[in-house]
Amino acid sequence: MSDRLTVRKTYKLYLGGAFPRSESGRTYEVLDSRGHFLANAAWASRKDGRDAVVAARGAFPKWSGATAYNRGQVLYRVAEVMEGRAAQFAEEVAAGEGLSAAKARAAVDAAIDRWVWYAGWTDKLAAVLGSTNPVAGPYFGFSVPEPTGVVAVLAPQRSSLLGLVSVLAPVLAAGNTAVVVSSKERPLPAITLGEVLATSDVPGGVVNLLTGDAAEIGPWLAEHADVDAVDLAGAPAPLAMELERSAAGTIKRVLRAPAEEPDWSADPGLSRLRPFLETKSVWHPIGV
Amino acid sequence: MTSLFEYAPAPESRSIVDIRPSYGLFVDGEFTDGTGTPLKTVNPATEEVLSEVATGSDADVDRAVRAARRAFVKVWGPMRPADRGKYLFRIARLLQERAREFAVLETLDNGKPIRESRDVDVPLAAAHFFYHAGWADKLEHAGLGPAPRPLGVAGQVIPWNFPLLMLAWKIAPALATGNTVVLKPAETTPLTALLFAEICQQADLPPGVVNIVTGAGETGRAVISHPDVDKVAFTGSTEVGRAIARAVAGTEKRLTLELGGKAANIVFDDAPIDQAVEGIVRGIFFNQGHVCCAGSRLLVQESVHDDVVAALQRRIGTLRVGDPMDKNTDLGAINSAEQLARIRELTAFGETEGATCWQPDGDLPDRGFWFKPTVFTDVSPAHRIARDEVFGPVLSVLTFRTPDEAVAKANNTTYGLSAGIWSEKGSRILKVTDQLRAGVVWANTFNEFDPTSPFGGYKQSGYGREGGRQGLAAYLRSDS
Repeated sequence: MSDRLTVRKTYKLYLGGAFPRSESGRTYEVLDSRGHFLANAAWASRKDGRDAVVAARGAFPKWSGATAYNRGQVLYRVAEVMEGRAAQFAEEVAAGEGLSAAKARAAVDAAIDRWVWYAGWTDKLAAVLGSTNPVAGPYFGFSVPEPTGVVAVLAPQRSSLLGLVSVLAPVLAAGNTAVVVSSKERPLPAITLGEVLATSDVPGGVVNLLTGDAAEIGPWLAEHADVDAVDLAGAPAPLAMELERSAAGTIKRVLRAPAEEPDWSADPGLSRLRPFLETKSVWHPIGV
Repeated sequence: MTSLFEYAPAPESRSIVDIRPSYGLFVDGEFTDGTGTPLKTVNPATEEVLSEVATGSDADVDRAVRAARRAFVKVWGPMRPADRGKYLFRIARLLQERAREFAVLETLDNGKPIRESRDVDVPLAAAHFFYHAGWADKLEHAGLGPAPRPLGVAGQVIPWNFPLLMLAWKIAPALATGNTVVLKPAETTPLTALLFAEICQQADLPPGVVNIVTGAGETGRAVISHPDVDKVAFTGSTEVGRAIARAVAGTEKRLTLELGGKAANIVFDDAPIDQAVEGIVRGIFFNQGHVCCAGSRLLVQESVHDDVVAALQRRIGTLRVGDPMDKNTDLGAINSAEQLARIRELTAFGETEGATCWQPDGDLPDRGFWFKPTVFTDVSPAHRIARDEVFGPVLSVLTFRTPDEAVAKANNTTYGLSAGIWSEKGSRILKVTDQLRAGVVWANTFNEFDPTSPFGGYKQSGYGREGGRQGLAAYLRSDS
């Protein structure tokens, strides 16, 4: 056993491509599955949430305007960098979720594979969900899927990495930008994912990761007029209903919370891509 | 309106349609009494009472939902998909056979010109049934997984601007996907829905598959909040849409909303002006401007502003406003006194806020609800007439200098239903189309509809699509 004193990591938010502390100066204790201290994480505030929305809105034109090929490349790059940090992810998942080393590693592998799967969707969505419309008239009509905009994601509470990736990757693959509130008890993989995103060519502001309490930040995001959609994956039942009601005020798209946290290893199909896509139908006259 | 020459009146005969003095609800295949206070529906062009229509109470809605559930479980759900399709084909044919009757009744009850109900509303309604009929036995090819399943009972609430067409947009996809429906038409325009009930009887549609419960807001609330309704579909104002989204929150009910709009109709300096003017007129004056996707914000490139406005005013001067039953009429009556008051209130803001109001010369009929085609110039994006949906024949004209400015102004709205672009340059059209945040974009045309083309909004214009393969998703449960 070496007597070297380890360098401990200070955990911060990932916001607009940078790693600030919470503007509120608050932190909270993160414990492992047995209740031992792991770290202090930044406890994001309402203002951090607002800053995150501003960053996400600012990043939207560039990310949604990038070619599908480019978005796919960038997302695949995230998987590459995740692979290189798989051991760190596995350690954090094991500590937070109380999994054996082998099971934690399997969850990390699944998360990376899931990311790759979504990376491959960017340039296929238009073909699979779009259409040309044989309208009864001299028009060329076509429909294309487009991203909804800024999506607020309340990440699953239990599955700290596979669950997080399962809800975040489809939002990005569809061309949206995201404000994510991580699992409250198990935020460490989210923070590490932020470091991965920051070094993976994902433009700053495309993903903003807040560690903290969905019950505290969620209502502000659900009401925010510049948030276009909410994914309530990680919201417990009474909160989910309240947020859905708030979201109605601005006609946000809502992906409802499942009754209980699902098995994230199941094939998601298009179920998490469709809710964050709009369909634009275009009519152009045909003539000479 | 004075003109060089006047057309002789060309009235459509109303003798083709028998309007009963009173109508009940259509529940479980039969007309029955409603237990609410009956309402009177009037012809907005004459203020003549057309008929008295039953109002559905909570108990009536409950009866309708039970009938729909029974029909779903026992008949419509288990039925061979191809047979469901055949019923829809029958309905489409019956609508075509009785097209003239529907057009006349629609115009009497709604106030829209007979030319439009005859050439647009009724044929498109039939087209929607034809289109969806063919889907009934092909749903595994809709891109929603190998075995998409219906949701159950759909509660549908529709507005008064396109009473029959909106009914078709709602009922056709719901039935094609195997659901049964309880539909509430608008309180000012219930008659064609009740005539449609007769079509269901003529088609031998099994009882309970389609139920029509007339009434006002309370009846609508009962439909959407009934615990045994699995799917809610609403077309109407954003304000009511918000309330419905709130009411549905926390339930298992699926929801789609088609709400308001404030569409930008963008005219670039290279657009053929005469053609653009026709498109502007069609965009805002079609159906008296009672169109959620109406082109109510005209964005004109500054260099052609004066020419476009002059040509537009000249063209508007030739529009015929008056008797909707006259085949020469371009603009009919405003649907209700209430809507007329709202249009007046919002246009009054236009002048108070400093915009310039223009209306053509000429008189309006003495009775009925009328509003002249109106153009506001000198409008700034902050004006209420540039932001609020007027839902009437009122156009606001703004200007822009560059394509980027046009896009920024077009997107500067909480709505996102539709937009128009007028330009000879294809590459510009595609670029601007790409940047507009709107669910439907018309290039060098406006207000085109087709059942194969999905329709629906971005932002606060609602969510979900109607029509096309994409529209089926609103009525199906799928595993992928």
